[in-house]
Amino acid sequence: MSNLLPLFQTALELGLISSLTVLALFLSYSMLNVCDLSTDGCFTLGAVVGATVALAGHPWLSIPAAMLAGVLSGFVTAFLQTKMGVDSLLAGIIVNTALYSINIAIMSGSSLVNINKSETVFTKMQAWLAGIGLDKFNKLVVALIAVGLVALFLYLFLKTKIGLAIRATGNNPDMVRSSSINPVMTTIVGLCVANAFTGLSGCLLAQSQKSVNIDIGSGMVTIALASLLIGRTFIRSRRMGFKIAGTILGAFIFRLVYTVALRFHMPAYMLKLVSSIIVIIAISGPYIKSKFPMIARRFKRAGAKKQTAGEGK
Amino acid sequence: MLKITDISKTFNPGTVNEKTALSHLSLTVNDGDFISIIGANGAGKSTLFNAIAGSFFTDEGSIELDGEDITLMPEHIRAKAIGRLFQDPLRGTAPDMSIEENLALAAGHGGWLSRISRKEKQMLREKVALLNMGLEDRMDSPVGLLSGGQRQALTLMMATINPPKLLLLDEHTAALDPATSAKVLELTEKIVAENRLTCLVITHNMQSALSQGNRTLMMDGGNIIYDIAGDDRENLCVEDLLKMFKDRSGKALDNDRMLLTKDE
Repeated sequence: MSNLLPLFQTALELGLISSLTVLALFLSYSMLNVCDLSTDGCFTLGAVVGATVALAGHPWLSIPAAMLAGVLSGFVTAFLQTKMGVDSLLAGIIVNTALYSINIAIMSGSSLVNINKSETVFTKMQAWLAGIGLDKFNKLVVALIAVGLVALFLYLFLKTKIGLAIRATGNNPDMVRSSSINPVMTTIVGLCVANAFTGLSGCLLAQSQKSVNIDIGSGMVTIALASLLIGRTFIRSRRMGFKIAGTILGAFIFRLVYTVALRFHMPAYMLKLVSSIIVIIAISGPYIKSKFPMIARRFKRAGAKKQTAGEGK
Repeated sequence: MLKITDISKTFNPGTVNEKTALSHLSLTVNDGDFISIIGANGAGKSTLFNAIAGSFFTDEGSIELDGEDITLMPEHIRAKAIGRLFQDPLRGTAPDMSIEENLALAAGHGGWLSRISRKEKQMLREKVALLNMGLEDRMDSPVGLLSGGQRQALTLMMATINPPKLLLLDEHTAALDPATSAKVLELTEKIVAENRLTCLVITHNMQSALSQGNRTLMMDGGNIIYDIAGDDRENLCVEDLLKMFKDRSGKALDNDRMLLTKDE
């Protein structure tokens, strides 16, 4: 038991940190109906910017800096798909590719940055919590605060007029236009906000593991989608607060299952295969289910044919 | 109030699919007009509405609304002055959002960062109660759960919650069952009369094209072939209308729905 608890704590910390990306996809994928494939690159961008600013001696500043970098990346993705005639999936892929170069450039040409010796938001928090003897929980506290603030912001934001307009854009853009709202604007705002969360998520992960490499965000979009879809199966409420809570829960469950699987000697490199399979099952499951009556009929008919053929002999 | 001058629109120009949907069409709509538009399939009725609402820009010509040139104004800005309903009742509402949220977006009160206030909730509820469909007790349910007729009635309320200068109705009751259709039509007339809206209606019902409103337009080949009002219109019956069409266009009206629709 004593060595299970830290395991659970690690899963919770990592789950919370990655849940910020899942919340970003909740906004872009579930609400705005845009599959933002720049997520991987944007996550890395947040990590790289966060690490670089922390390394320069400004751990607190690293957070707004990473979020701002995310906003910029989201703006470019949104601009390409709304104003430049680039298909929305392609816009994400293009930005993702471009970010690879940009991220390495920010790390001054290196693909790895170590921030072992530099102050981070986590070491700052550790110093504060040491006073009350809770310094072991520094990562958890930072992650909880970040997720709490982002979730609260998202909850309030989606109830504002701009939030409603963003939801309507993903639902029925015709209706948005006839309500005298420009869906281009809502798409841009939505993707900027979502990518700010993704940037923050990357920033926190980089600082919690005290290093960042260029691959830190690879596969993030699939992992986050898997978490999002897991959360959706656990909490099916229509109420916004529950949906957001479900999203965070999904991220945590994903991490927990992954951590347990590691304990049972699943090699770590299997993570991405597993998350891909989860996404496939979650998306194609309902589709296959809807096709099932037809498949069943076909089998029945084939069976009946065989039977009549047999009788004919 | 609406002045359309010599507009044309050709789709897919220079290809085998080239289609002239509007050809040098001009039309002046007066304040308070209620105009019924009839015509065969492909006559350009919906294309005319698309041009007025700004779904595309015309190739040439100009459109003026209340003295303002809107020829090159984007669709969402025109939407402030132009309300529109389609035949498909699913087109005007966001299904995953509640009745209240749909209406609040259409009403557009308050700033971008404001939430739906209690006062606004009350106002929206009263508006929905006017529809007389019991929807005011379901303000929080998603619109996707409503029937086609309820959704169309709601869309009508959304289009007129800020009374537009011009209301475009594109066979907005054609997809509804007869009873619901009659109800939505009745609501439309009530709202149009109360707000004294200027209104263009595409219909496939020849009888209502003559009885409803004060003017009847007949379209063919991307242009208006008849514009009938006043006494001429009073004395006209459906047979005359069919004959007029044949005389002018050299063919019978081939709108199958039109032929199948009995006089009500």
